[in-house]
Amino acid sequence: MTFANLHMYVLAVPLLTALAVNLLGRRSRTWIAPLTLGALSFSTVAAALVLVRVLREGTLHYTVGNWSPPYGIELVIDPLGALMLLLVAAAALLATSGALPSVALELPGREHLFFTLYLILIVGLMGLVITGDAFNLYVLLEITSITTYGLVAMGKGRAPLASFNYIIMGSIGACFYLLGVGYLYILTGTLNMADIAAILPTLPGTVAAATAFAFLLVGLWIKMAFFPLHGWLPNAYSLAPTGAGLLIAPLMTKVTIYLMIRVLYSIIHPNWALLAESGVQSALVWAAALGIVCASAMALGQRDLKRMLTYLIVAEVGYMVGGVFLANETGLTGALLHIVNDALMTLCLFLAAAAIVYRTGSLEFDSLRGLYRRMPVTLAAFTLAAFSMIGVPPTAGFFSKWYLLLGGIEAGQWGYVGALLFSSLVNAVLFFRIIEIAFFRNSAADDRPLPVTEAPAMLVGPLVLSALALVVLGLGAGGLVDSVILPAIAAFL
Amino acid sequence: MDGFLAEVVAKYNYWLYVVLMMIGFYAMIGKRNLVKKLLGMNIFQTAIILLFVSSGVKRGGGIPILDKYEVLARGVDVATVVNPLPHVLMLTAIVVSVSVTGVALAILQRIYREYGTLEEDEILEKLGQ
Repeated sequence: MTFANLHMYVLAVPLLTALAVNLLGRRSRTWIAPLTLGALSFSTVAAALVLVRVLREGTLHYTVGNWSPPYGIELVIDPLGALMLLLVAAAALLATSGALPSVALELPGREHLFFTLYLILIVGLMGLVITGDAFNLYVLLEITSITTYGLVAMGKGRAPLASFNYIIMGSIGACFYLLGVGYLYILTGTLNMADIAAILPTLPGTVAAATAFAFLLVGLWIKMAFFPLHGWLPNAYSLAPTGAGLLIAPLMTKVTIYLMIRVLYSIIHPNWALLAESGVQSALVWAAALGIVCASAMALGQRDLKRMLTYLIVAEVGYMVGGVFLANETGLTGALLHIVNDALMTLCLFLAAAAIVYRTGSLEFDSLRGLYRRMPVTLAAFTLAAFSMIGVPPTAGFFSKWYLLLGGIEAGQWGYVGALLFSSLVNAVLFFRIIEIAFFRNSAADDRPLPVTEAPAMLVGPLVLSALALVVLGLGAGGLVDSVILPAIAAFL
Repeated sequence: MDGFLAEVVAKYNYWLYVVLMMIGFYAMIGKRNLVKKLLGMNIFQTAIILLFVSSGVKRGGGIPILDKYEVLARGVDVATVVNPLPHVLMLTAIVVSVSVTGVALAILQRIYREYGTLEEDEILEKLGQ
């Protein structure tokens, strides 16, 4: 193994393991845990090494199959891409560890199928964050989507229906993206993102370019469930098997937002004036603000923990899209930092939900009564993640929200600032309601001490780790911004 | 009006794809039968595939199958062959489209087993009970 191609092994190892899991896991399910966890641990360590290397040596360019760009597919690993790669690998490792006991309980006998799809989805997400080719991005986007359709459909009851709805919406999104790529290809004759960005400003025909951008952005918005294109998300994410939700809820929307930033800054940026002049940019910030308010309000109406969390995901998408379209350095810093933080917060909350559902079988608010006495560790971690969602310092959520607020004030977008504050208040109401139910309302009027029945260590371990990561990331937010995010933004602008 | 018509005739292929795309889009959004929605999705994807493929066509262009040694020796006159890249890209897009259709059909089968129908209204009615 040569060290120079380490980033390829980050992708190759889980991909090959996916096949091995299917073949060996079919014979005996004891193979599944060591194979998946081993492959993802390797990927996480290797991704960390890639990040260190990229920070030290600068952006890596890799030409796949020795077809030189712009004709061949190019992988571009800049510091931001390397950070996302590490985020995807680490979050996937924690999610997989949590998914193993949960899937064994919910889908007995089908674990090998589940984890084959799971690993392919992880590889697709990793590929998405490092590809430098617009068409390759489409293919990887569809790889992640198709595996997600399958994973969602493995749920019980209405899950296949939610999955079919997701297929229709997801395909419209992917087709729009492909159409946008087609316009750009017809205009420029190339598919390499850097090449497109270099050629576009030299061409006449801004209307065609604007149409292409519109298709690209709308396609990605559907995929990331940007309000009002979010209709498919709550059903698909809440009806999916608990193990599938652990991976897709934290990573899918966040990676798509990262892709939007990539498309905006590596393809559109030279033509950015086009967006600003026509007032589109400001309209989009307002749309994001509206999305935050509406999704938060809808979250208030839910009586099920997981459904409530899915609406919060939609609200958080509004945070980040709004932050990006503020189009100032602070807003973009906030959006990028929030991608990392929100992935971990959502992961922590979904792991807590998975632990609760593993023991009690239900996430209705009523069934959470007095749960603190039975699952103290789970609820402590949940509370920490809830504080981060609300934005209480020193948890990670505070810092990214702070940057977003400052960016909004800097840009004079008061509607967006108001929406952020409103959403924080709603989050406080939502989570304190649950904390009150779980900590202070006892079940069935008995004060007998109940035995502590935590979920298995495979589930509680990653939960505790992700909760600690929120504090560590909060304390280290300054370092992360200085060493990775600000240089990346400087390269963008 | 004449100018508009001349534009339509000059780029008739693109207009056809727009019509095809809208037919597919309407079926995906407007139809209440799940299989019809899926068919609409296929029509939509086909329209985009045709758009890409027709972007590679040149008037008087031949098939892009060339003698390697001759090209290495003398180069190639790009006006004499159509651009093969969009065709190759669309092979990938067709594979994607087939996979999505396959997954969707499998899911439809599960829906049919569960509810005994593929009409959205009837399924919602059963869910409401």
